[in-house]
Amino acid sequence: MVNMFELATIIIVLAAVLVLYRAVVGPFVFNRILSVNFLGTKTVVILLLVGFMYDRPDVFIDIAIVYVLINFTAVLAFLKYVESGRLD
Amino acid sequence: MIDIAIPLFLVVCGIAVLFVRGLFSSIMIFSVYSLVMAIEWVRLNAVDVAITEAAVGAGISTVLFIIILSRTKYVDEGKHMNIPALLVSVSVAAVLLYGTLDLPNLRDPNIAPNTHVTPYYLEHSYEETGQLNVVAAILASYRGYDTLGETTVVATAGFCLILLLRGSNRRQGTKDSQKRTGSRT
Repeated sequence: MVNMFELATIIIVLAAVLVLYRAVVGPFVFNRILSVNFLGTKTVVILLLVGFMYDRPDVFIDIAIVYVLINFTAVLAFLKYVESGRLD
Repeated sequence: MIDIAIPLFLVVCGIAVLFVRGLFSSIMIFSVYSLVMAIEWVRLNAVDVAITEAAVGAGISTVLFIIILSRTKYVDEGKHMNIPALLVSVSVAAVLLYGTLDLPNLRDPNIAPNTHVTPYYLEHSYEETGQLNVVAAILASYRGYDTLGETTVVATAGFCLILLLRGSNRRQGTKDSQKRTGSRT
């Protein structure tokens, strides 16, 4: 029998593949930015599921918070570049 | 299943970085690649490497790439195959893959890394260095000189980067400093 968390992780990876398609093909830059933000969220969910698979979710929640902050910084940098063409 | 799915997603991300249109889109997909790579490090139980990969790969290098993109000009020449470069890349990848065949099985308790120095560190590191974390003890105490050289190299690279970014800023500043001060006051 397949583990429940493993099944959920595989379904989320499949959803992430669809979002990656939109990030690659996406006609406008906002499609890509939204896809990257969405993929960051998916990454955090996969990380938490892996944490539950290893039976120590408390450690993985800390790492997940770090990932959310880093992804937020990257998306802010993308948005600022698109808005003004420079970062400083 | 996950051990197949996540590396496959990683490979798809890497190919997408090459074939997507425009450098800005490549940077965005590369940041996704770094995050998924960090998940793979967590899967391999290397949590500290995962945090470093996420902070450096997805955070700092993405921002640095965007700064470089905003400071330079590039021309999109369209897609064309560079056959010699492709041959060199494929042959280097083949040599590296051939080299991995000689790696020992890491789960085998009788290989040299598991019998030679690791048990010594695990037994004596607390008495000799007083560090609770064995990885920190090896990095900071046993490899002190090694880490010192590494830190010097990284600090030099950081200084060079600061000088490069500040230099271009000053050149632009002299050109339109009148306009900026006029708009501020």
